Amino acid sequence: MIPCDVVYYRPGTLMEAYEAYRLLQIEGKKPLYYAGGSEIITMSRAGSIRPSAIVDIKRIPECMLLSANDEGLHIGSACTLNQIKESRLFPLLGSSCGRIADHTNQCRITLGGNLCGTIIYRETSLPLLLSDARVSLFGSQGMRTVPFQSVFHGRMRLKPSEVVVQIHVPGWALKAPFFHVKHTTNEKIDYPLVSAAALWKDGNMRIAFSGLCSYPFRSSKIEAVLNDWSMPVSARVDKAAELLPEEPYSDVEGSGEYRLFVLKNMLHALLEDYTNGKI
Amino acid sequence: MKSIGKSIWRKEAWDKVTAIAKYTDDLPATGVLSARLLTSTHAHAKIKKIDVSKALAVPGVKSVLTGKDCPVLFGPLLQDRPALARDVVRYAGEPVALVVAQGEAAAEKAVRLIEVEYEPLPFVLTPSQALAEGAVLVHGRPDGYRKTVTDVYPEAGTNIASRYKIRKGNVEEAFARCEAIVHERFSLPPSDHLAMEVRAARAEISPEGRVLITTSSQAPYSVRKQISEAFMIPAGQIQVRVPFVGGGFGGKVPVFLEILAFLASRSVGGKSVRLSLPREQDMASAPCRIGLEADIKLGADREGIIRAAQMTFRLDCGAYTDNSPYMAKAVAVDCTSPYHIENLNCDSLCVYTNHTYATSFRSFAHESYTFCVERAIDMLARRCGIDPLEMRLKNAIRPGSLTPTRVMCTGSLTGNLTECLKKVKALSKWEGGKAVKIKEDTVRAKGVACLWKTPNPPTDAASGALITFNPDGSVNLNTGAVEMGSGGQTNLAQILAEKLGMDPGMVHVVMDVDTRTAPEYWKTAASLTEYMVGRAVMRAADDALGQLRQNGAQALGCPPEEIEVANGRVFSKKNPEKFIAFKDIVQGYKTDAGLSIGEPVLGRGGFMLKGLSKLDPEAGKGKTGPSWTLGAQVVEVEASLKTFTYRIISASTVMDVGKVINPELMRSVIAGGMSMGVSLASREAFVYDQKGIPQTPNLRTYKLLHIGQEPDYRVDFVETPEEGSPYGVRSYTEHGIIGIPAALANALSAAFGREILSLPLTPERIWRAVKEDTDDSL
Amino acid sequence: MVRYEGKTVITLNVNGQPHEVMVRPADLLLDVLREQLGLTGAKPGCKNGDCGACTVIIDGWPAKSCLVLAVEAEGHVILTVEGLEGKAPIQKSFVKDNAFQCGYCTSGFLMVCHALQMQHPDMPEEHVIEEWLQSNICRCTSYQEIRRAVHGMYNNKGL
Repeated sequence: MIPCDVVYYRPGTLMEAYEAYRLLQIEGKKPLYYAGGSEIITMSRAGSIRPSAIVDIKRIPECMLLSANDEGLHIGSACTLNQIKESRLFPLLGSSCGRIADHTNQCRITLGGNLCGTIIYRETSLPLLLSDARVSLFGSQGMRTVPFQSVFHGRMRLKPSEVVVQIHVPGWALKAPFFHVKHTTNEKIDYPLVSAAALWKDGNMRIAFSGLCSYPFRSSKIEAVLNDWSMPVSARVDKAAELLPEEPYSDVEGSGEYRLFVLKNMLHALLEDYTNGKI
Repeated sequence: MKSIGKSIWRKEAWDKVTAIAKYTDDLPATGVLSARLLTSTHAHAKIKKIDVSKALAVPGVKSVLTGKDCPVLFGPLLQDRPALARDVVRYAGEPVALVVAQGEAAAEKAVRLIEVEYEPLPFVLTPSQALAEGAVLVHGRPDGYRKTVTDVYPEAGTNIASRYKIRKGNVEEAFARCEAIVHERFSLPPSDHLAMEVRAARAEISPEGRVLITTSSQAPYSVRKQISEAFMIPAGQIQVRVPFVGGGFGGKVPVFLEILAFLASRSVGGKSVRLSLPREQDMASAPCRIGLEADIKLGADREGIIRAAQMTFRLDCGAYTDNSPYMAKAVAVDCTSPYHIENLNCDSLCVYTNHTYATSFRSFAHESYTFCVERAIDMLARRCGIDPLEMRLKNAIRPGSLTPTRVMCTGSLTGNLTECLKKVKALSKWEGGKAVKIKEDTVRAKGVACLWKTPNPPTDAASGALITFNPDGSVNLNTGAVEMGSGGQTNLAQILAEKLGMDPGMVHVVMDVDTRTAPEYWKTAASLTEYMVGRAVMRAADDALGQLRQNGAQALGCPPEEIEVANGRVFSKKNPEKFIAFKDIVQGYKTDAGLSIGEPVLGRGGFMLKGLSKLDPEAGKGKTGPSWTLGAQVVEVEASLKTFTYRIISASTVMDVGKVINPELMRSVIAGGMSMGVSLASREAFVYDQKGIPQTPNLRTYKLLHIGQEPDYRVDFVETPEEGSPYGVRSYTEHGIIGIPAALANALSAAFGREILSLPLTPERIWRAVKEDTDDSL
Repeated sequence: MVRYEGKTVITLNVNGQPHEVMVRPADLLLDVLREQLGLTGAKPGCKNGDCGACTVIIDGWPAKSCLVLAVEAEGHVILTVEGLEGKAPIQKSFVKDNAFQCGYCTSGFLMVCHALQMQHPDMPEEHVIEEWLQSNICRCTSYQEIRRAVHGMYNNKGL
């Protein structure tokens, strides 16, 4: 039961959605773009957010697109995690999607919602940070398409009233060797202690993490160390663990110290698997 | 036997898979007002001011209640708990105000507008803190509260709500002669029942003052009694109904929500009001499982015979006692686990803290003390160089042994532990249980633990059963037992069918309890349904059989002693070919000529416990329960020495259930208990922050086992009948949990080579323990 | 563009029938099913999407009805446990294999299993079964019984 009164908008076009949202903002309302809704519903029930209007983007054709062509893969922001996983078009992203929440919720949670939500893990961002993905946003200037990395810094940095429409992933990334693992406290259905995604381009490993710090990140410094084959595995692992962008995250799921321990074991396994040709 | 020993389907099975089974909050809500709670945001604070004016102004709000609206204190043993906090809050989550409104949304809106001004007080979060010199008192005068029983002993000027003592033999002398001694401190955090159905209750009061309460409760007759006494309403004016209950595990024994629903209804002129707790409040506000700290010292001789034990248990009962003092008593009564120990000192304390208050939880604290004692026994076995399972065989309680409270054991009274241990050894492929390396950095190991439990009901607990017949010759069974999943109704149907010599399919069990129509049963708790209600059912069946024989004798023209009842027929032993079918005789008999013979058959049976006693306060001598159930359990793990993660491979239980009534039902209920033990031991805990605020009151951050991590559960039985119990069956429904936390911890201690002393067994905690060990040795 | 403010009448397609209901935009599908349509098979267990007791099937896929607004469900095909009418293979399997005790989580599990069979008419690999069923929590059984019931649903299809 959500106690607050909400106005519900279901636009059929991007322009309708944007206009409705913009007008609501001008009126001083607190609108939210709404896709899968799981986070908005639970937080509204708990009283931690009180949106006065929601703009449901699930019937906007551009947001529902899921297709691959010569340029690569195009994923509408309102595609569910389960659709992405079942499509098998981008195995690394599919693997990430398959470990967020649980299966039933994966049929609800959308790519856009996972990226734009307030829960800190945003695990779908990891494959996108690694794959030179681009993102289409609709706002005051109409549609703009920019590198994903230019608008995602721990979370999406959008312009006022802007809505995420699509993600574009270049073709090479869809077939590239990859690695994905998510470690939790000890229950499979849980937030990550450490979730890592790696993708290889031209023999170089790219890697991004969630759960390790208070936001998801990709680090060129860590990548440089891990790709330095002149150093033994354990030295690379230890070095990489010293290069986090901030102190490791600590909460009831696990202490920062323990997350580092998990990270090191995980990097060990990753590098060994790679060395042994298992990836 | 025709019915006993058969795996029939649950009587309510089809109702449950088609959603015909209705639970409290499934009843129509049209025209029913909704109530919502505001709860404390402090672990311990004075309430300086509550301003409800904004809440009252919300459209649809009918009333707002606070502590001043109900001066009565509640509690089944010690009346220390207000319905809504008065002047002071003693735990984060404590109910502070109650809003009644048209619709949940209006009620919740109003709740968020209530302004409470608190003045924080110091608080205590563990029994050790609460017992420390100068600790803040959770209750100013615990000894000043009214007691409803004589054997609860709050200590003035302390946080001790009660204390029980066992003094047996000469402990000091015995320790002096021991070859091996272990002395360790153990701890378990509080956790939650987490029945899938949140607690829910409804109340309405008719204009002439009749009270109707519908509730998700294991104890409808306690609801009637407590409401009657607290509000001075004659018990006959109160009707309590319990439809299906979505899991209880002890958590729905306390009378809690019913009081609030009653107050809510009373505040709006008796209109029907529903109160269903959001999951977060069901966890943080409603009673939870106790936490426990224990100091255990055990000593053994050269042969590995345990000669002496010194134990102190400190139960964390949270802010209010509820029935925790009796859990402290129950721990003392069974404190040795099922082993014969001649010299024993035990102090079991029930300690107030500023946690959510606790109540009975599946096995009544046995899972907690068993963890401590069975871990200590493993450590002692290691010190003696004896296989832990052999150690248990050597010390197993047997006929002639004395329990801690000096009850003489017999096969009927306690069952056969030796047989359980031998059987579980084979079932689990024990082979010593030591860690075996199966690949690089990976070992497999097993741990064993025994269990036993005697219930602690009031010495005069009673039950009843009514039997009526249908025109097709089938029978209706009506008892006060609540259907909450533990299968009692199905077992009772089989007991009745066996006794009446009919197909269990012809027994219809009334699933709901209505205190107006169902004969009173103490409460559906302590796994006593098969014993207590079962005995009433046997008597009701005897009563019905007597009447059938009377009718049969008259109809068949022979003496009643010659009449036999079987296969749904009444006949003379001398001439079985000439019979009368049940359908033609249960409402009396009519001859072809139309002559009426005999009377309609109505079976009734009642039963009251006999021969139980309170513990004497000095040495703790006495018999608190009718009998024991015991068993042995083994858990096998595969553990990574590198990552400290582990997988539970198998879990085995062999339990002496007296008599197997329904093999599959009994197996599944015991396996369910084991599963709860695995979940509890491996991941469950209430985590509090530095201000004493619970951090995980929801199903996202509070971990429960999901499918995919379950081990291979193996269950087998030993059958040593309990004299006087229907067909010899023992209590068994809660017991599957008892030894699992200990067995798992024993397995992991063997795997990691480090003695585990606390729960839950998360990889991080194991990693930290091993790391600290290593750091110390450096 | 659809816009709903305050109480509005919408039509929901539930168990093969159109139903008119009057809802606030913030009303959850779970509450509307239970309180307006009397379909109490979907149970509130956490109202946070964590326990799965409120699972229904929307357009052939499992959905936690506590995480769906009633207004969103407009135009979709909703199936609840009542719509199975006791005829779904999984219902018989649950009875036979003792896959529940208190019965409170049962409807949710049944709907996940039924949706699994809709999407995977032939028995999928074990890890797929686990993935789907990990969306739900059962506090009474050991899960072994539920797993057995799912196998039974596939193995006794013709019965």
